[in-house]
Amino acid sequence: MTEPILDIRGISKSFGALRASNNINIDLRAGEIHALIGPNGAGKSTLIKQIAGGLRPDTGSVHFDGQDITALSTAARARLGMGRTFQISSLAMEYTVLQNAVLGALGHRGDVFRFFRPVMKDAGLLATARASLEQVGLEEFHDARVSELSHGQRRQLEVAVALTLSPKVFLMDEPMAGLGAEGSHRLMGFLDQLRHKAPILLVEHDMDAVFTLADRISVLVYGGIIATGPVEDIRGNPIVQSAYLGEETAA
Amino acid sequence: MRKEFFLNAALLGVLLAFPLWAWSVDEPYLITLATRAIVFAIAGIGLNFALGFGGLVSLGHAAFFGLGGYVMGVLAFHAQTYTPVMGWPLVINGTKSMPTIWLIAIALSALLAVGIGALSLRTSGVYFIMITLAFAQMLYYFTISWPTYGGEDGLSIYVRNGFPGLNTMDPIQFFAICYAILLIVLAFVFAASRSPFGLALGASRQNEERIQAVGQVPFRLYLTAFAISGAITGLAGALFADLNRFISPTMFSWQTSGEIMIFVILGGVGRVFGPVAGAVLFILLEHTLGGLSEFWHIYLGAILLGVVLFARGGLYGMVAGREVAHD
Repeated sequence: MTEPILDIRGISKSFGALRASNNINIDLRAGEIHALIGPNGAGKSTLIKQIAGGLRPDTGSVHFDGQDITALSTAARARLGMGRTFQISSLAMEYTVLQNAVLGALGHRGDVFRFFRPVMKDAGLLATARASLEQVGLEEFHDARVSELSHGQRRQLEVAVALTLSPKVFLMDEPMAGLGAEGSHRLMGFLDQLRHKAPILLVEHDMDAVFTLADRISVLVYGGIIATGPVEDIRGNPIVQSAYLGEETAA
Repeated sequence: MRKEFFLNAALLGVLLAFPLWAWSVDEPYLITLATRAIVFAIAGIGLNFALGFGGLVSLGHAAFFGLGGYVMGVLAFHAQTYTPVMGWPLVINGTKSMPTIWLIAIALSALLAVGIGALSLRTSGVYFIMITLAFAQMLYYFTISWPTYGGEDGLSIYVRNGFPGLNTMDPIQFFAICYAILLIVLAFVFAASRSPFGLALGASRQNEERIQAVGQVPFRLYLTAFAISGAITGLAGALFADLNRFISPTMFSWQTSGEIMIFVILGGVGRVFGPVAGAVLFILLEHTLGGLSEFWHIYLGAILLGVVLFARGGLYGMVAGREVAHD
């Protein structure tokens, strides 16, 4: 087994009496989709924030590409190669779809402190941005403002912007939410291929998607991981079924 | 896009034609009025760079306007009294050269903005407003209690500073200088608004989480924007001092900060030409309403209230509509 690209070692985080993360170990290896599932309020988003930056764990460490990044800022982690999509779309709402994608390409290239050349005429940035939009199927909307996009289209744009960063790992917080059956299906096909470019840590509520896509699944309940393993193990795990899956598979 | 382009052209055309007409009928007062509008416009363009593009609501831009003014005043004062500004550790003499004064005003204002920004940009919202205001007030009281340069009474510079090849005491020639500077500043801000920096700064204003997720740090963008903003407003301050051949602590006062903000709001926050429209409108109102009553600020206040309540985009928002995303 190769070294994991992303390795979360024993992180805990409390908000007052609430243990949002309780000694969590989770890793992500090349070529895989590792799904993180758990009921609402289990601490999935808190965990993602500690991995992507923005929230410092009380104890434990986050290792990325062989480096301890626990003390690094969100921006520094992004520059190292973390491509993140947000649970609630977080885009530059007044900009067009293309401007958001170019922003990603620009952020990745890094030469932000330039004041004279028009950024929307930069062939290199435009090529990266257009290619990413095409991959998620948004190229025909490149002129639309984000504020005019549907919820599902914003989710697609989130993924497209993450693609412009050519990240080493993807952290995706519910990318399917609100996409509809067709959109979900399309994105699933896309993520299925994407894992070979960079592994994906996927937080997702859509169980069909998780069981179809994931190589491994971790189940988070009350801030702690109660099981990690291949899809079949998790599906058959009685603890997991009683804690989480029971009602959903019955439904 | 079309409408906005025509409005820009019309503004620049009127700002050029009006003083030329005033010159032809020998009305130097009207030339000075137009020059005032242009200097105010430059000050507003400076604030707009931080406020409009970066979302940094600074109520302390008088600090830069005043600093620019005092750079001119101090350098010219020492030049006209043949005393050095400073004799130790190195000798710095005064100067009556406009370009030198401008460069020093720009550099010191940018430096001051970096200092003020480094502290105040750690806050946001109403705290940012209060801290920027506090810095400007500090400088205001400092200049009041600094007798060397006139203290509360201010300081007169008898002869306008020089520009190679021009007679700056001639109103139309000084106007031409200010107009040229306005064009240069507009060209720079227009370019910057479409540049990589402009895109990143605007994104940071809209959503800090987003700009961090693409690997950039909002604070650095804001600090750079604030420095550029302060430099432009500082340059305007130096020109204003030369226009009046007089400096006083009023340039540092919070009323000055407020007026600069009014130019931006009247014209249209975040529009490159917005402060130009705002400053012209302000001068028009001051001139027409000021003739009706010395309490013309009441009407100005009512108009400002109307703009804020009903026409958020200012004059540019009303005439040219929402800004077109430029691809």
